Amino acid sequence: METGPTETHTGNRGLRMEEPLIFEQDAPGRTGVDLPEPPPVQSRLGGLERKDAIGLPGLSEPQVVRHYTRLSQKNYAIDTGFYPLGSCTMKHNPRLNEKMARLPGFADLHPMQPESTVQGALKLIDTLAHWIKTLTGMPAVAMSPAAGAHGELCGLMAARAALEARGDARKRVLVPDSAHGTNPATAAICGYSVESIPLTDRGRVDLNALKAALDGDVAAFMLTNPNTCGLFEDEILEQAEVVHDAGAFFYCDGANFNAIVGRVRPGDLGIDCMHLNLHKTFSTPHGGGGPGSGPVVLSEALAPYAPLPWVVYVDGGFELIEHAGDAPGAAPYGRMKAFHGQMGMFVRALAYMTSHGADGLRQASSDAVLNANYLLAQLSDVFSLPYDGPCMHEVLFDDGFLKGTDVTTLDFAKAMIDEGFHPMTMYFPLVVHGALLMEPTETESRESLDQFIDAMRNLAARAKAGDAAAFHNAPMHTPRRRLDETAAARRPVLRWRPDSVQGEAAE
Amino acid sequence: MRYLPLTDSDRQDMLGAIGAPSVDALFRDVPDSVHLSAPVDLPSHQGELEVERALTAMAAENVAAGSVPFFLGAGAYRHHVPASVDHLIQRGEFLTSYTPYQPEVSQGTLQYLFEFQTQVALITGMDVANASMYDGATSCAEAALMARRVTRRPDVVLSGGLHPHYTETTETLLKFLDSKIEVMPPDIEGDEDVIARIGDGTACVIVQYPDMFGRVRDLQPIADACHEAGALLVVAMSEIVALGALRAPGDLGADIVAAEGRSLGNPLNFGGPYVGLFATREKYVRQMPGRLAGETEDVDGKRGWVLTLSTREQHIRREKATSNICTNSGLCALAFTIHLSLLGEEGFRRLAALNHAKTVSLADSLAKAGLEIVNDTFFNELTLRLGSPAAPLVDRLAADGILAGVPMSRLLPGNDDFANLLLVSATETVTDEDIERLCAALKEAV
Amino acid sequence: MSDLRFSKEHEWVRLEGDVATVGISNFAQEQLGDVVFVELPDVGKTVEQNGDACVVESVKAASEVYAPVDGEIVEVNVALEEDPELVNQSPTGDGWFIKICISDPAQVEAMMDEAAYNAFTASEG
Repeated sequence: METGPTETHTGNRGLRMEEPLIFEQDAPGRTGVDLPEPPPVQSRLGGLERKDAIGLPGLSEPQVVRHYTRLSQKNYAIDTGFYPLGSCTMKHNPRLNEKMARLPGFADLHPMQPESTVQGALKLIDTLAHWIKTLTGMPAVAMSPAAGAHGELCGLMAARAALEARGDARKRVLVPDSAHGTNPATAAICGYSVESIPLTDRGRVDLNALKAALDGDVAAFMLTNPNTCGLFEDEILEQAEVVHDAGAFFYCDGANFNAIVGRVRPGDLGIDCMHLNLHKTFSTPHGGGGPGSGPVVLSEALAPYAPLPWVVYVDGGFELIEHAGDAPGAAPYGRMKAFHGQMGMFVRALAYMTSHGADGLRQASSDAVLNANYLLAQLSDVFSLPYDGPCMHEVLFDDGFLKGTDVTTLDFAKAMIDEGFHPMTMYFPLVVHGALLMEPTETESRESLDQFIDAMRNLAARAKAGDAAAFHNAPMHTPRRRLDETAAARRPVLRWRPDSVQGEAAE
Repeated sequence: MRYLPLTDSDRQDMLGAIGAPSVDALFRDVPDSVHLSAPVDLPSHQGELEVERALTAMAAENVAAGSVPFFLGAGAYRHHVPASVDHLIQRGEFLTSYTPYQPEVSQGTLQYLFEFQTQVALITGMDVANASMYDGATSCAEAALMARRVTRRPDVVLSGGLHPHYTETTETLLKFLDSKIEVMPPDIEGDEDVIARIGDGTACVIVQYPDMFGRVRDLQPIADACHEAGALLVVAMSEIVALGALRAPGDLGADIVAAEGRSLGNPLNFGGPYVGLFATREKYVRQMPGRLAGETEDVDGKRGWVLTLSTREQHIRREKATSNICTNSGLCALAFTIHLSLLGEEGFRRLAALNHAKTVSLADSLAKAGLEIVNDTFFNELTLRLGSPAAPLVDRLAADGILAGVPMSRLLPGNDDFANLLLVSATETVTDEDIERLCAALKEAV
Repeated sequence: MSDLRFSKEHEWVRLEGDVATVGISNFAQEQLGDVVFVELPDVGKTVEQNGDACVVESVKAASEVYAPVDGEIVEVNVALEEDPELVNQSPTGDGWFIKICISDPAQVEAMMDEAAYNAFTASEG
């Protein structure tokens, strides 16, 4: 049985290069940067001069460029192919965004320069804030959180600050069974205990269970809408009402905003706070894991508690409010990070928003929902669909179709990799068994979706036909095949050490 | 619209396959009362040319740091980034890739994170580092949370030499967690006694190295006192280039290092995105927040890397997670590691030496011009004590085309003691000419 | 091992005198997959029946292990620090987690014997 292409002498395979660690390419004294000789000075380091070597390897520029070029070639990316990852919104990352973010007038600005020298930057933040508030129908936005989870924390902290200000400290937060893990983790950091609310067999939050759980000790209800099953919470107006009647705040996780941008405003739904993911809905690049940006829109009730800093327009100019004392009437609960927020991502997001415009953004969310429903229609006869459609921007299947095949959801995903696709989100949400959550986004062409559908149908047929061995061996065509995650967790090797031998684990 | 591939013909065909009369029908679960019938009140779509024109105009209203003599620090230091770095991070397979949850098609990301983790551990003198946090301030706050978990004690002591943003961020993260946070007053004279503040309930002491005034102090006595009392020493850093010249915090007894890494590889970016570094001792690794890349083998016995120890993280432990953090600062960490790879041992040490030499030169010139320098020690940042408030002076100099530094009152307002203090920094990007202009301008104004 | 008693949370107890050795069942370790880490409590800690005692981690999941009875922790299995795979290899033998000095033998009496536990897991699966 063929286990893979024939080995070569170098281990390279044509354009697919093996590439050692930088530490394994060291030559003492070598460097990739020409810096002038420092003039001799009398040290003012207080006797704390570094005496011993650090142990950093020395490489020249050509070696460094080749190293990272080769590494990049081992990565899948949106630029390469389709990522049907649910709730990640892996849409195209426009290069105009990159060009604008790199303008020296944005990139080469120090956050503490005098305000007179950064009016254009403050104007950009204010303009983006205006677009965000208009699209969400909310009166205020906190721009500083660095990512979605950070934004969740911001929203929940504002809620807790508001409750304490009215002398009504509460102890619990309600979260649906289907919630993303950041939701309960965030609630715990705010000092809240977390209670789960079950879903109905229609895949939405059980309104009766929510009503039963709400009392004077619930601080907030955290909902994702559209929810993590890819469905619009059609009872959301009722949910908002009962949450508010109980004196609690309604937090919305905005990870799935791409389904409804330009069509539905969270402010109209009764939301008190919602974080946005600029790196999802608004196309800023995922960058292999970050950086993100998570602005949080706030209702009138929560706006006074927004964290520092924020931008105001006063007497014909923009100003930064960086201290509580400069904002009479506001009661900021604190500060989320150093400086002002993820300016580099703000520029990118505004370039994206102004490129699309109000009409384009509405078209984008329409196409996102159309694409997801197209996948639902074309795959629901081969995959198992736990909830009836229509879905929003993502469609949830479960692994029922694999029953009796000896192929797991994981095996199926690895076989997709060989077919040139990144797998969809698996095993989330936890409310269905072996979840497969697919979000195509609006930037996949019909041709791309048809190829995907055809490949999925083929894989499902092969699984059902009993070809389990092929699935267990997948992936076959990647730079590395399945990796031993158990060993990595049992005996973690988290850095290179000088006594490591190349290609073998350290003793 | 250039980013939307579907044609009207596609849309019609797809609706046919779905069996829906219109796209609006797919939104039938949205209550009519909230379903907008028309686009919101914002401008319509624009081509690249128009977008560029508008954003370029906004950028032109700003004074770029590189266009004038520039001396700002206060937690963000301007360094020269080699041209290769920005080219490499813009490769589509880095820029547009996702978190490496499927390791077979993410070995590029995982290998550079492993290298990054190693570099951070080496320069900080610690055992292990994570794959980055949002920034130095949030790293510092997370370090406080971790110290509480490790020691099972609630309280935190924050040095008066800590950057006020780091202090505020740490206070905010711990705000609702039943923790007594002792914030020592800003340590202008450099004689604070942080050791005296350590108590039975202290989880950690957090000091900054160099501190926010630019001073360098020996951390070993503080580390010893912490350990004797059963507490941890957290060392915060806002200028990572200092580690090319100074002894590593790990060699001075640090238990956790929480640093800002942006100085390498990344532009100033008006405050973000930045990149937090987080490093600790081997024995605490399971209490560390954030992602970790770990080495392993694949089924063919070839070396590779995976994300590991994930059970600490939010998507598995949920409310018992070590943090709620989900993203790291991926691309910024990549820029850091590429820059440090280019520098290497020789380059990193030389870069630090150049920074220090330039600031020594600045200090000497300022002293000659009759200005009072608070610091007896420094790396690349000084605190000046002027005869009058620093903020209006800085504004006037800005109008004259010099970005002279950060007035302390910007960070610590409402305190007359600080109104006359000015933070100035000189990196390798500052020229002798710049220094001359600054000294002449300050001398004249004072 | 017919002297074992089982809880609904898949812990087993072997009682010798007033010391109960506690671990997780073979069924549980199969469900978990490869165990990569075990978080053990401190010796001397008091535990309550059905309260948190340990955490057992696989690559993709972390599960609470509850104390099946009231008592005080008198010993923990330090071998698991180096070799967490003992839980998979010998779940009712060398893969034990903790020893509790129990306060109420009746609690052990009330637990399922092996036959009852096997029936219980058959109906759950």
